[in-house]
Amino acid sequence: MIRTPRRSFARMAAVAITAVGLFSACSPSASPSPSASTAPSQAPGASPSAVAEHKPVTITVGVLRPGATQEAADALNLQIDQFEAKYPWITIQSEEYNWTAPTFTAALAAGTLPDVFTIPFTDGKGLIAQHQIVNIDARIRALPYVDKFNKNVLVNGQDADGKIWAVPTQAYGMSLTYNRTLFKQAGLDPDKPPTTWDEVKAAAKTIAEKTGKAGFAEMATQNTGGWQLTTMTYSLGGRMETVADDGKVTATLTNPATKSALQYLHDLRWNDSSMGSTFDYAWGSINQAFSAGQIGMFTGGSDLYTAMVQNNGLKADDYGVTTIPLANDPNAGVLGGGTLAAVNVNTTEDQRDAAVTWIDWYYMSKLLTQDGAVADAKALAANKQPVGVPALPIFDKATYDESQTWIKDYINVPTAQMTSFTSKIFDQQLVNEPVAHTQDLYAALDPVVQAVLTDKNANIDALLDAANTQVQAILDKG
Amino acid sequence: MGSYAERDVIPRVAVRRWPRVRARFSRDGLSTFLFLVPLLAIFGLFSWFPIIRAFVMSLQETNLVSIPTFVGLENFARVLADPVFAIAVRNTAYFALLALVIGFPIPIVLAVIMSETRRGKGLMSALAYLPVVVPPVVSVLLWRFFFDASATGVFNTMLGWIGLGPLPWLQNSASAMPSIVIEATWAAAGGTVIIYLAALLSVPPELYDAAEVDGASIWQKIRNVTLPQLRGVLFVTLILQLIATAQVFTEPFLFTGGGPANSTTTVLLLIYHYAFQNSLGGEYGMAAALSIMLAGFLAVFTAGYFWLTRSWSTSS
Repeated sequence: MIRTPRRSFARMAAVAITAVGLFSACSPSASPSPSASTAPSQAPGASPSAVAEHKPVTITVGVLRPGATQEAADALNLQIDQFEAKYPWITIQSEEYNWTAPTFTAALAAGTLPDVFTIPFTDGKGLIAQHQIVNIDARIRALPYVDKFNKNVLVNGQDADGKIWAVPTQAYGMSLTYNRTLFKQAGLDPDKPPTTWDEVKAAAKTIAEKTGKAGFAEMATQNTGGWQLTTMTYSLGGRMETVADDGKVTATLTNPATKSALQYLHDLRWNDSSMGSTFDYAWGSINQAFSAGQIGMFTGGSDLYTAMVQNNGLKADDYGVTTIPLANDPNAGVLGGGTLAAVNVNTTEDQRDAAVTWIDWYYMSKLLTQDGAVADAKALAANKQPVGVPALPIFDKATYDESQTWIKDYINVPTAQMTSFTSKIFDQQLVNEPVAHTQDLYAALDPVVQAVLTDKNANIDALLDAANTQVQAILDKG
Repeated sequence: MGSYAERDVIPRVAVRRWPRVRARFSRDGLSTFLFLVPLLAIFGLFSWFPIIRAFVMSLQETNLVSIPTFVGLENFARVLADPVFAIAVRNTAYFALLALVIGFPIPIVLAVIMSETRRGKGLMSALAYLPVVVPPVVSVLLWRFFFDASATGVFNTMLGWIGLGPLPWLQNSASAMPSIVIEATWAAAGGTVIIYLAALLSVPPELYDAAEVDGASIWQKIRNVTLPQLRGVLFVTLILQLIATAQVFTEPFLFTGGGPANSTTTVLLLIYHYAFQNSLGGEYGMAAALSIMLAGFLAVFTAGYFWLTRSWSTSS
């Protein structure tokens, strides 16, 4: 075959252009950013001297989940504009971000996380121990409110010496989310949700029989099965780990409460047939199914309303939330968790300063100052985003209650449908998630939950024994 | 410093050799080499370097951020001691067996039928190949709807028409893997059909004429003419299928994530779980170790397969 040089060159050029196109298409800058804003040339809120003192800096922030509505993006853009007006030397670029166990570690290893990102409480200690996030202790301690943090919450972002590496931005207690419309269709009173596990069982059966939908559903994949089983275990008075005085952690997955919880799920699934036909829900898919009216009740965080509105088109009338039923046991409690904001290690000192400024302004000011709270609520309400979703205090309860009074004119969530939760949650004992290798523990329990939900003859004792051995081996390895 | 004689000799040798070398490179070497450089660089960077890196990583404990430490063969030992490893190997073998039973004969039958058809061969080829064109993620999401375990799911509705079901499909340990194999067969059969069809069309028609003169039935023609003529292609597609099924990942990952209760956790999915299940940095060393073990097994298996079937191949 004879090739003319010109043709070969043309081919090579075409290949090169295609390759460049592909690479640029794969680069983050090619994906549409919710924030199209740039720093204003003249900041209305900043003095010229303040601007002159700082070098221009750009940081990326992971706030919106993939698939968020345009209204959610508009609300964030508005807030970014406000931030950049106040701090004109900082340019904020928003990136889509959602923490999930499998994607987070890949992004962490690849160095593709945003400069400011959020993680669950369960990941704080591990990331700190491996120095995979930035020590921002001095920067945070320079803020005037550092002493006001709830110590039990702040500890999730601290190392053994008390240095702050990540800042709590949000705390939640587990709740029982229920569909008020399905309750009505099944002849149940949506204003009187179940208060015991037996009532949950009875309501689930009624919903399944009357509506054909799943009366009760359970997450079971991507480590959420273990997470929810732990929630139910806590509510029955059990614990998944014990910590000895010398710090040695022992796995206690075979405790009686966990066995009771699994037997409970088994009975709902196989005796009552009230759990529908899908048993591989994860966090996102159960929210989606609930918002689509396929699920009567499920256990999840009390802050789910925002995600379900932003990503799943939840109808407000459907939504109801109440506290998790607690057994009559002194150890029975509600699993509490939350979110930490952290700074990427691949940042410059200037970017770290800017990152903490963003954390202070975006996450903290709305909790602590009236101006911040009102500005945040206004921006969200103007774009039809939820304002007033139940949460637990990052600081003290008085500060939380006060912040709610500042924004009362902007609250647009159906608070009357949430009173079963908000009126009782502060009376319940909050219990932190297992302290050591939490995600490994949850991962080991996923197959156990799946087995119980998909195999009528699943041997609960044997499954828990195997999972316990597996987790203990991980704990022993350290 | 060299003597005059040395100085005199070396240039002369160089002068004598250089035109030869230059001629050789310019004739067939240098240009070829230069054209090979990008290929070698790309292969080296994206294929061979990762292989070497994976081998090194299999001997290390690393979270890809801190400095890795060498741990010898500990990662291999931990993989072998993991109870899920045996389950994953069993599941992978089960998938390969089901794929062989369901997925291997169907393309042959389809290709034979299509080769015997007089009209619309092109259209049928295009239709058979269409599922291959659909991106795997799209087809899996599509089939998840089909496999909906409720009575209103697509397949369950169809089964209901004949008084069967509803079946749990992906929501049950026993039926999850066969369900995945059905979709995988649908997705991959088209490519194999085209290969078989091309091989079938290259079978000399005189052989069929001779068989017909001898009074052979259709089945006898297939058995005594078609299949022997296809054996070379069959030989290659079989080993390619076995290698592909040993590395199945996309379908179980997207359909079930390895569940329910690890019933669809394959070896590759286990590698993924080692690396990415824990958000705090997974067991990359174990993942690399299992990858090396799988590659080693497949290399030995393929060599053994070629050795055992050498008399059966077309070259013999």
